[in-house]
Amino acid sequence: MTKEMSGAEMIIQAMIDQGVEHVFGYPGGAVLPIYDALFHQDKVRHILVRHEQGAVHAAEGYARSTGKVGCVIVTSGPGATNAVTGLADAMCDSIPLVCISGQVPTHLIGNDAFQECDTVGITRPCTKYNYLVKNIADLPRILHEAFHVASTGRPGPVVIDVPKDVQFATGTYAKPKTNPHRGYVPKTKGDPARIEQAVAMMRTAKRPVFYTGGGVINSGPKATELLRQLVQATGFPITSTLMGLGAYPASGPQWLGMLGMHGTYESNMAMHDCDLMICIGARFDDRITGRLDAFAPVSRKIHVDIDPSSINKNVKVDLPILGDCAEVLSEMLRLWTQNPGETQGPAQKSWWKKIDGWRARKSLAYKPSDEVIKPQYAIQRLYELTKDRDTYITTEVGQHQMWAAQFYGFEEPNRWMTSGGLGTMGYGLPAAVGVQLAHPNSLVVDIAGEASVQMTMQEMATAVQYRLPIKIFILNNHYMGMVRQWQELLHGGRYSQSYSEALPDFVKLAEAFHAVGLRCEKPADLDDAIREMISVDQPVIFDCVVDPAENCFPMIPSGRAHNDMLLGDAVENLDEAITEEGKVMV
Amino acid sequence: MLASRALAGAGCGASLSIGKRDISMSATSHYPVATVSEAIETHTLSVKVDNEPGVLARVIGLFSGRGYNIESLTVSETEHEAHLSRITIVTRGTPMVIEQIKHQLERMVPVHRVVDMTVQARAIERELAMVKVRGKGDNRVEALRLADAFRARVIDATVESFVFEITGAADKIDQFVSLMLPLGLVEVSRTGIVAISRGPDGM
Repeated sequence: MTKEMSGAEMIIQAMIDQGVEHVFGYPGGAVLPIYDALFHQDKVRHILVRHEQGAVHAAEGYARSTGKVGCVIVTSGPGATNAVTGLADAMCDSIPLVCISGQVPTHLIGNDAFQECDTVGITRPCTKYNYLVKNIADLPRILHEAFHVASTGRPGPVVIDVPKDVQFATGTYAKPKTNPHRGYVPKTKGDPARIEQAVAMMRTAKRPVFYTGGGVINSGPKATELLRQLVQATGFPITSTLMGLGAYPASGPQWLGMLGMHGTYESNMAMHDCDLMICIGARFDDRITGRLDAFAPVSRKIHVDIDPSSINKNVKVDLPILGDCAEVLSEMLRLWTQNPGETQGPAQKSWWKKIDGWRARKSLAYKPSDEVIKPQYAIQRLYELTKDRDTYITTEVGQHQMWAAQFYGFEEPNRWMTSGGLGTMGYGLPAAVGVQLAHPNSLVVDIAGEASVQMTMQEMATAVQYRLPIKIFILNNHYMGMVRQWQELLHGGRYSQSYSEALPDFVKLAEAFHAVGLRCEKPADLDDAIREMISVDQPVIFDCVVDPAENCFPMIPSGRAHNDMLLGDAVENLDEAITEEGKVMV
Repeated sequence: MLASRALAGAGCGASLSIGKRDISMSATSHYPVATVSEAIETHTLSVKVDNEPGVLARVIGLFSGRGYNIESLTVSETEHEAHLSRITIVTRGTPMVIEQIKHQLERMVPVHRVVDMTVQARAIERELAMVKVRGKGDNRVEALRLADAFRARVIDATVESFVFEITGAADKIDQFVSLMLPLGLVEVSRTGIVAISRGPDGM
């Protein structure tokens, strides 16, 4: 189909051709033609946010929960700069986005025109790719190429900066039949010889562990399914990064819990003592590795990743496999099941015994209370009361995020939306807006902190406007909890600027937004209050007042090794001989 | 830039024996903490890119953003019809950092190919410089004689100055420039290093 149309119309038409149903945005001078084109059609629905950062996070939530590309429209200058935090967030967590930004007319670029900024310059390091469209003839190709680049290989955000005169100009639009970029060809199929070698290493491993990450989720449901089959077939233990939660079910027998700085004792000890680490779609981030020179010191490492720059970046691995998780897992599974007998059964039995010893310490244990709501208890109750529903969880960033990761059991992928790499406070509320739009009949809960949620609180108005019944579940401890925790542990308890002074009354705040506000202060009332929150078919702000002094454990302080963990007071102090013996065994 | 890294066992058996030895030697450390500091190396990378606006900014931004070094950088369109440019970058780092630079470049959308000329290609490297020297009498004669020895050409002359054009390996140019210094060196303009592989095949 070839048609004459304006640049603005091409932008909308390309979205339609790419199957976009929702676009998040905020109008302004430099995108008025695009908003006019939106007005003339009803296929793409525009969601008006209250701040451009919210638009990008909403698109991230949308993308992460559906596997589709999230779409954003922002205006020039401040519209684009406001979007930068979201773009950087999507870049870190490999979320596919296409963001259209308006730009001043071509002849004014570089002139310090009104609402002009160097959008491609500013967004270059925080996007996978970006374009400044100077010629209407290039626009149709660029629009479709952007979707391709955003969603293939290691996904990421793509910005298309469109000057206003290009939006007005008319040209010929056609959806390109073939793709696209001649230089950009991500490698998806892993090297068969290396996969064979990997399986051979797995067969001889005595203390293996799977370490999986967000790449498995990004690869799609097939990768998740194959991972589960491979984990079952091998009998190996599995742990995952924050971004990878849900790929393997939390109720699965081989699940060790999340690893890393606030990971479980058993997962970090298993990582430290393993003799074979099979890393799939994770990137050896510093929150995971801790001290690099003491990271899994006696292990051989296999690393499956689609991004060559993730391999050997932080940790030198023995066997890198460049490819898409699903394709590599499928081949691994095929080779493994060809000859299931050949494994190190007895050795692995003693490995599991050791792991059970670590598990027995119950590293997530906390001191329960009848007086105050413990934040961990709040998440546990939220989980118990929502687990049988079709539930999606988003979070902000901080202690509540870690507790959510530790205590909410994720059984399926794409159900957990959190800002992992960039750690963006204020992510969860707008992300919940995006998730709820994509899943109108599901329960969407933003597990929040009272500090984080104030950063993007204005998006409550978006939720109310579009009747999105998101639940903002605030663990209100009156502190920037993670900051307070570090100040307690590392800065002599000098709580510099981390107290949440002058908090709003969240119940009244909800009411001011024409939403529903609930508050709970006693553990005994919590279940009923959560039930009420779920039953309300409106946006809810739930002010859950929790113990202000609670710290998030286990914890590996920066610069320490995996076996050098700080544990909470309530953790079982079992016979140290188990771990001593464990250490001697390596 | 000096990255230290964990010594990943070359093989499981080897690592195990290291572990046991360490335990017996030291009661405080149950685990071997073997770190090695890799030596800094200089590598020349050839990068084939789409000749599009912003591509050089993208490459340079990668280097500054991630703290890599640029010792020398040249860029020019090399295939006009295909809109392709070739960037030659000389950089320094540990082998792990050099590998990372290569992969970071490779994953950029407008980058078609990256070749580590130092490792893969037994490359020939050349640089061109223009060297302005001002002087009279013996200095002038000496400058001319040295230029002849270095096969530098005179491309501009006045009664009190020369501009020499010299092509060669970077250290040859360094040497020539240092010789010109006492003879009245005014200024130097250098292209930076370009490289090409030996033999019949392209990059």
